[in-house]
Amino acid sequence: MLKQIEGSRAVAEAVALCRPDVICAYPISPQTHIVEGLGEMVKAGAIAPCEFINVESEFAAMSVAIGASAAGARSYTATASQGLLFMVEAVYNASGLGLPIVMTVANRAIGAPINIWNDHSDAVSQRDSGWLQLFAETNQEAADLHIQAFRIAEELSLPVMVCMDGFILTHAYERVDLPTQEMVDAFLPPYAPRQVLDPGEPVTIGTMVGPEAFTEVRYLAHEKQRQALELMPAVAAEFRAAFGRDSGGLVRGYRLDDAETVVIAMGSVLGTLKDTVDELRDAGVNIGVLGVVSFRPFPSAAVRAALQSVRRLVVLEKYFALGSGGVLAADVQMALGKNGGEIYSVIAGLGGRPITKKSLRGLLEMAVRDELVQLTFLDLDRTLVAKQLARERQTRRSGPAAESILRDVHGTMARNEGKKS
Amino acid sequence: MFEVRIHGRGGQGVVTAAEMLSIAAFEDGFYAQAFPSFGSERTGAPVVAFCRLAEREIRSREPIMAPDALIIQDPTLLHQVDVFAGLKKGGFVLINTRNTFAELGLGDALRDWPAGRLCTLAATDLGLKHVGRPLPNVPLLGGFAALSGVIRLESVCKAINDKFSGKVAQGNVAAATAAYALVRAAIETERQEVAHA
Repeated sequence: MLKQIEGSRAVAEAVALCRPDVICAYPISPQTHIVEGLGEMVKAGAIAPCEFINVESEFAAMSVAIGASAAGARSYTATASQGLLFMVEAVYNASGLGLPIVMTVANRAIGAPINIWNDHSDAVSQRDSGWLQLFAETNQEAADLHIQAFRIAEELSLPVMVCMDGFILTHAYERVDLPTQEMVDAFLPPYAPRQVLDPGEPVTIGTMVGPEAFTEVRYLAHEKQRQALELMPAVAAEFRAAFGRDSGGLVRGYRLDDAETVVIAMGSVLGTLKDTVDELRDAGVNIGVLGVVSFRPFPSAAVRAALQSVRRLVVLEKYFALGSGGVLAADVQMALGKNGGEIYSVIAGLGGRPITKKSLRGLLEMAVRDELVQLTFLDLDRTLVAKQLARERQTRRSGPAAESILRDVHGTMARNEGKKS
Repeated sequence: MFEVRIHGRGGQGVVTAAEMLSIAAFEDGFYAQAFPSFGSERTGAPVVAFCRLAEREIRSREPIMAPDALIIQDPTLLHQVDVFAGLKKGGFVLINTRNTFAELGLGDALRDWPAGRLCTLAATDLGLKHVGRPLPNVPLLGGFAALSGVIRLESVCKAINDKFSGKVAQGNVAAATAAYALVRAAIETERQEVAHA
């Protein structure tokens, strides 16, 4: 049914349609509306049988999900930012134990400095955790990915993280087509665990493995990720046949035909990028967009196939590895090897900085003229940075950088206000 | 694409107004996208929310920087925030106040605006009268339907019933309907004045 609905509500309703047995979560912005919605539905008996377990922390949320999943329950949780970091040890355990938990991450920056706004620091920090990580472009896709995620997770016995941009998607009202219970039931069969704690047939989940087999167990986990690369497009195709729309899969191209320049990105910024690319196409620039849906496993072959004969790539991401550079850019570079053409890495939208069409257009026009440096920070205020660096050179006890920069920013704003009045 | 920016203060239902505007637009067959400016909202602090309407899928996620219309829920913001930033020339402006544009000191700035684009509405009074709370957001939506003609009053009422129920919904429908009539009358008066001038 087509509804004008908040992204968080759409995800809550999609998760409810998946008939979870156990939901355990600890609220944190911008994930809160999702679990509040699910809590209300469980309380009202709209999801039954289902137990909503209130926990005292994110670490407990993931631990409860692990226990519930091992006992054969379809388990769901959601978090963001510091909440994800707080549960990290259990996050690695969930995948290491092969438990098909589905978790929404409402993407938000990581502190310090504390920041509640959107970027991809939280999810990307868990890129090596062994979870599958899918990024939604719209709220429709966020809802659809959850339905696919339970299918994929339970088929492979691996946990899946569905990542959606905090606030930009979670708090946006837009139209979402939510399927009927019958449609979801036909697509997602009841959970049939590949391993389960059963007193009748005792097993040990989480046994200690020494040097004699640890490499092999790890290699098997990697092999599972490779299997996911085959399964995900098949599930997306089946989803399209059943629900009549494209959601999920590995990568999705836009105006790639004869494109000499391609922008690669993940999540909701793809929409703004497509609008920008349309403008540039109208101006005669051969440019396209490649959206990465599956960040983990990284679909190297699909990326290679989509980018044949492309002259230059702009990899735009809402995260970077401090002291190194773009993470998605590095993955793309690795996938393409020597034949990849020029790759420009762009960091944008950190801590909720809006990514505007105007800035994107300027950036891409520079890229097309090969005027970009290898690592660009979109809309970086170099004056502010230079000021702070100068302070630090001048005074040993120059104080906390975040506070000093804020004072500079607000001082400038106050002066501008003064000019206006 | 028709873009609306709503300014108000925390507690005045700014975000809810943008959401309801998107629901009303959806009811009228538009694609619509509403989103807040994602601050750490506090009661009384300036808040901004956005709503886009279009005939086709809305893909852009950037904040609205050149709005076609402004709804200003609190006139004290005029002295604090550059609410008119980026407003398209001739765009719609609806302000919650008992005063006129001239009395607000805006006569000069908006002198070249075409008729039927600017309106003030005592929306807080309407909220108090019909809902019993000084909330201007819903009456302003009723007024905005009349001023812009982009969405129908019936759709605003549907959005109200989507968000609220019982007495609160009834009161808000009454407030929006009264606001619609007031703005219609104000525009008609202005039109006649222009015709006679």
